[in-house]
Amino acid sequence: MTTTDNSGDVRLSGIGKTYGSFTAVHPLDLTVPQGSFFALLGASGCGKTTTLRMIAGLEEPSSGTVHLGDQDVTHLPPYKRPVNTVFQSYALFPHLDIFENVAFGLRRRGIKSVKKQVEDMLELVQLGEQARKKPHQLSGGQQQRVAVARALINHPKVLLLDEPLGALDLKLRRQMQLELKRIQTEVGITFIHVTHDQEEAMTMADTVAVMNAGRVEQLGSPTDLYENPQTTFVANFLGTSNLIEAEVDTRSGGDIVLKAGGGKLVLPEARCSAPATAGGKVLVGIRPEKISLTHADDAGAIPEGRNRLTGRIVDASFIGVSTQYVVESPVCDELAVYVQNVERDGRLVPGADVVLHWSPAHTFGLDAAQDIDAGVETVEEEAA
Amino acid sequence: MSTLTEAPPPLVSAEPAKKPPRKRGRFTPYWLLLPGILWLVVFFALPMIYQASTSVQTGSLEEGYKVTWHFATYWDALSEYWPQFLRSVFYAASATVLCLLLGYPLAYLIAFRAGRWRNLIMILVIAPFFTSFLIRTLAWKTILADNGPVVHTLNTLHILDLTSALGWTAGDRVLATPLAVVCGLTYNFLPFMILPLYTSLERIDGRLHEAAGDLYARPWTTFRKVTFPLSMPGVVSGTLLTFIPATGDYVNSELLGSTDTRMIGNVIQTQFLRILDYPTAAALSFILMAAILAMVTIYIRRSGTEDLV
Repeated sequence: MTTTDNSGDVRLSGIGKTYGSFTAVHPLDLTVPQGSFFALLGASGCGKTTTLRMIAGLEEPSSGTVHLGDQDVTHLPPYKRPVNTVFQSYALFPHLDIFENVAFGLRRRGIKSVKKQVEDMLELVQLGEQARKKPHQLSGGQQQRVAVARALINHPKVLLLDEPLGALDLKLRRQMQLELKRIQTEVGITFIHVTHDQEEAMTMADTVAVMNAGRVEQLGSPTDLYENPQTTFVANFLGTSNLIEAEVDTRSGGDIVLKAGGGKLVLPEARCSAPATAGGKVLVGIRPEKISLTHADDAGAIPEGRNRLTGRIVDASFIGVSTQYVVESPVCDELAVYVQNVERDGRLVPGADVVLHWSPAHTFGLDAAQDIDAGVETVEEEAA
Repeated sequence: MSTLTEAPPPLVSAEPAKKPPRKRGRFTPYWLLLPGILWLVVFFALPMIYQASTSVQTGSLEEGYKVTWHFATYWDALSEYWPQFLRSVFYAASATVLCLLLGYPLAYLIAFRAGRWRNLIMILVIAPFFTSFLIRTLAWKTILADNGPVVHTLNTLHILDLTSALGWTAGDRVLATPLAVVCGLTYNFLPFMILPLYTSLERIDGRLHEAAGDLYARPWTTFRKVTFPLSMPGVVSGTLLTFIPATGDYVNSELLGSTDTRMIGNVIQTQFLRILDYPTAAALSFILMAAILAMVTIYIRRSGTEDLV
């Protein structure tokens, strides 16, 4: 690769949107490189769809510019932008059949012989048989594929997807996620995907931007976001985190030693996003699946150098591959622990005294000035 | 075994308690239909039968009319009054087209652009109904008066020369010409065009416009390829609601027209109320009804709106 094609780059510079006194999107800078699968993740009303609509040209930004490659498209109407959108609930034309829906963009650009292209595209999304049906005769999943085909056939530089899987049931959604990922790899177009489903964002995207209240909280690869959340919102919104308030005791080598409930916890300095001064507070975070549970009677067998907390099991639910425990501890009322069902210890039942322990390397530190529950409720709302 | 023999009693005792409401429920739809059906029978079906029998009667006012199955009345009526039939269809069609041209942009504006003015504009559309049909039509007599400002302006701009050449007006007046009748019809039936148009435009999902724009359609193309086809149900019902009553209308011709602009409605009215030739009047009514039914059927078939969601 001697020449890098950047015509599919999307660059947002200081782009923001206000409606009267309400700020939907705070000015933000974002670069999505050509050919990547980028997800904007956030709860409803966080500004992710507004951001997408500003890229599509359906919404005029209040400030900032939108560049596609080297072209400034900020003030171009949608029909002049080389981007296409897969709309939430698809917005298929009800009076046109599937073939004409897919051919719509080609015909508008004055292309006469559309038959071959449309048939190929319908083949790609496995709808060759349905060409002469009307949209309302198709199932939700099929309509969704028509919407993707209708957008992709124009070979846009960027494909925008606005919660395209929101109306599908869970099983179909999982299937379509893999399908979309396959299509993206096949056509190599930049995809920008808006979703509130963190699992969807993590399985599909190369890069995820987590948005909250009109701002990008954190941007990175799914692994990076999951392992190194920088804010409590990200820690709670992406998966589940145990957050424990602790006081900074000393710093030694590359580690920070903290005091929590009489115990001692070690946190690698590199994994702490908060300024840690002796005597100050930080939030110690640990993912539930990183914690091991040992019955209090066997506490002596736990290797040295691991972070440990004592507690009592209050609830245990068996969910097949793992068992999810809720543990009450002096430092935190409810600690979640997920244990793989490899060798189950029969003594780990509600009421049992246990020691929770984990490798310090899995610990992360967050600024204690934040709301410890940020992002928690929203996840529950979406799940309901 | 013992459980089997014990189980039935509650079932038996439950049955009689369940039955009465089901029996009553079965007849509810018919009771609900009854008032409407009675109304239709008394005020529609019976008069129709009575009129049908009138149309095949012969006789005179003095000697009384008798059913003689004289179908020739139909032929006589048609051969004598076909120009009025054609004129009615032509006037009604012209008024319908004018209503569509005037009403569509307004309905579009109310549906998509009016914002908080929407309700006010809707009230303005319906407002004429608060005054009598007759008074509104008489007002047009004043508007189009020979020495009024409208005719004066049209004369100054030499527009009347053009319309006179086309046969729509006569000399330098508008009143008592086809143009005046068509104007009156258009004015009186405009709300019947706007309301169904508005209803079907308002139902169009705004995201379809966005989707069309996103797929490279300019605003005008979006209108032609998406908005207009989707508003076809409104266009069809609006044109029907305008065309059908306009064809049979006689008030506009009576008040704004002259003997040269008589429509079939005027003929029927005269036959019934002045000449008192009931068989001819009844036959004309049936011919008009059949003609409208035939035209409407062809129109609905051709427009293919049953295919739209």
